[in-house]
Amino acid sequence: MFKIIKRPPLAEGRMFVLRILAVVFAIGASMAIIALLGHDPFKVMLEMIRGSVGSAYRIKETINKMVPLLTLSLGVCVAYKMKFWNIGAEGQFYMGAYGAGLVAFNFSHLPSYLLLPAMFAAGILTGGLWALIPALLKAKWETSETLVTLMLNYVAIRWVTYLQYGPWRDPKAAGLPRMMHFPETADLPKIGGIHIGWIIALFLVIVIYFLIRYSKLGYEITVMGENPRTAEYAGMNTFRILLVAIMISGGICGIAGVIQATGLEHSISPVLSSGLGFTAIITAWLSKLQPVTLVSVSFLFAMMLQGGNYLQSVMKVPSDVAGVIQGVILFFVLGSEFFTQYKIVRDKRQGEETRKVGA
Amino acid sequence: MQKKGLAALLCLVMMMSVFTLAGCGSTAGSTATQAPATETAQAPAAGIPKDKIKVGFIYIGSAHDGGYSQAHDRGRQDMMETLGLTEDQVIVMEDVPEGADCEKAARDMIDNGCNVIYANSFGHGEWLANVAKEFPEVKFGHATGITTYDLPNYSNYMGRIYEARYLSGIAAGMKTKAGKIGYVAAMPIAEVVRGIDAFTLGVRSVNPAATVEVIWMNTWYDPALEKTTATTLLNNGCDVIAQHCDTTSPQVAAEEKGAFAVGYNSSTLDAAPKAYLTAPLFHWGKFYTADVQSAIDGTWKSQRYWEGLSAGVVALDDLSANCAEGTAEKVEAAKAKIMDGSLVIFSGPIKDNEGNEKVKAGEALSDAELESLQWFVEGVIGSVPTSN
Repeated sequence: MFKIIKRPPLAEGRMFVLRILAVVFAIGASMAIIALLGHDPFKVMLEMIRGSVGSAYRIKETINKMVPLLTLSLGVCVAYKMKFWNIGAEGQFYMGAYGAGLVAFNFSHLPSYLLLPAMFAAGILTGGLWALIPALLKAKWETSETLVTLMLNYVAIRWVTYLQYGPWRDPKAAGLPRMMHFPETADLPKIGGIHIGWIIALFLVIVIYFLIRYSKLGYEITVMGENPRTAEYAGMNTFRILLVAIMISGGICGIAGVIQATGLEHSISPVLSSGLGFTAIITAWLSKLQPVTLVSVSFLFAMMLQGGNYLQSVMKVPSDVAGVIQGVILFFVLGSEFFTQYKIVRDKRQGEETRKVGA
Repeated sequence: MQKKGLAALLCLVMMMSVFTLAGCGSTAGSTATQAPATETAQAPAAGIPKDKIKVGFIYIGSAHDGGYSQAHDRGRQDMMETLGLTEDQVIVMEDVPEGADCEKAARDMIDNGCNVIYANSFGHGEWLANVAKEFPEVKFGHATGITTYDLPNYSNYMGRIYEARYLSGIAAGMKTKAGKIGYVAAMPIAEVVRGIDAFTLGVRSVNPAATVEVIWMNTWYDPALEKTTATTLLNNGCDVIAQHCDTTSPQVAAEEKGAFAVGYNSSTLDAAPKAYLTAPLFHWGKFYTADVQSAIDGTWKSQRYWEGLSAGVVALDDLSANCAEGTAEKVEAAKAKIMDGSLVIFSGPIKDNEGNEKVKAGEALSDAELESLQWFVEGVIGSVPTSN
């Protein structure tokens, strides 16, 4: 019938065409789904764009959604470069927020210019240390980091829930189990009505870009990702590189937590992340782990999230439509990945070699 | 290369849009000052013309949760029908958590032209107030709230549901054979404590030896947890389940175990036809209709609306065939007395469940005391967790 064979690497130009095609197909499929749900797909798409960038207010809201997404994606990128499948961005995010809370509640008398940097430093540390657990387990006992990072997400969320109901519960909330608010000095400053998280995120993009591209550590991370054996033969201290890179990965996810806690919520809650730690895995993957590309991909996804919200209120379309579209895009782009490496040809007679590759 | 160019371009567009935001802040401000200015030009208390009214509803749960948010949504529909508003004059946001998301939902609604906004959960309050401070021309209503933050454009509204709960307690007290009733409770705030107390007083008015066992869930809306909590109570020997949470799960749990249940918020006989006795109900439409009408008339002002059975904003659902014989008579008698004021539910003597006399004979709890109630009456098994 048909057989799947590996194809020689494609030229950069054709890869690009293929990827564009994937997005076009994804949008087509999404529109078909929207039509099946009984809505006018063109109107939904148009309203989604209007709802996300149609006014200054909406752009601001889109950026508010983009900032944590971009930061989290950067965090997981560093780990993915090393083929360390960190899907614990969510947990590192919450532990980062926890670190910020530790500082905010214990040193609330500090002036803002000392308190905020201290909160960020603590968030980087707690987020990084949280990511270090699966890294150490992997280095020592070769546990699957995919599983451990995933499971630690739920531990982190439960930890925040515990704090909310226990030690950090707000006694002034009339019985409502809500966490105390940060002191006002812990509010992230605003420029033009929007918190400065976007500056932090863009700064991190530049840092990670140079780290991966031009630094020794970045080179080591890339080599380890390509082939850990090669790294060892080259005399690299793979254990140390793993730990440092994962500290950076978790630390950046922690920063995202601090930004959300100080910029929007002014406190911590178990729904602080809105699940963006998982969306970040998709955006990191779609941008091929390129920090600069990540900016546009994150913005696009933030548009879908904000546009989805808008759809719910204006067209009474469930905001989950945005989630469906995201999933469809990922499906098609991963599908196109497959066709960049393999091709399907008609099988005329049984061939030995094809079976080997086709497995 | 192309891709990077695109990325850089997008980046640039983004940054530009950010800088334009400074401009946005001032335009929003100018429209904000314009609206009252035109009002004063016409008449001091000019309302919003009916075709200009746009109402936003922020729900903690789904509008089809078969409970709390659905009751609000029914109220919204009543209001729209009575006042003749069109579909585009209303925005509904469901599943909005009690956090910054609530603030965002309210801002989104204003962005889409809403001039009256309601949020239906206790924890929405402070977030709604943040937005209310910024938009003095928009009117806000916070269901179940206990403070208006001294804002002239911010109301609280609530029904004296405890009156209906007292009546539902009579139905439960008549039905229980084991003398043990379970109560699936959301969060230990005064409103819930008050409901449990009134319910228990109702139970013991017909069945003086019966107890009400309370388990806290610390959430308003969690269908799975609501069910397992009810099951725990049933396994502890309770044969009637009452609830202060948002879905029909406790009633379903009771039905599966062959026990009985008192619902909440909405008439849900269909969810558990063999278990459902009755339910204390909200008719939020009474409030919504009057409140939006007052915004149209220009008579809207900040208030702390708290009405009961006599105003029709709360009621007891029709008693189902599952109720014990004689329930209807007892319920009707109590209802008549509550409506004419001869039965005051929280009137003494009332003891707490540690044996201390809390309300002396001849006295009654004031509204302020009811709003900060933090103790259980005699007959409740359980305790109110202190906040610290």
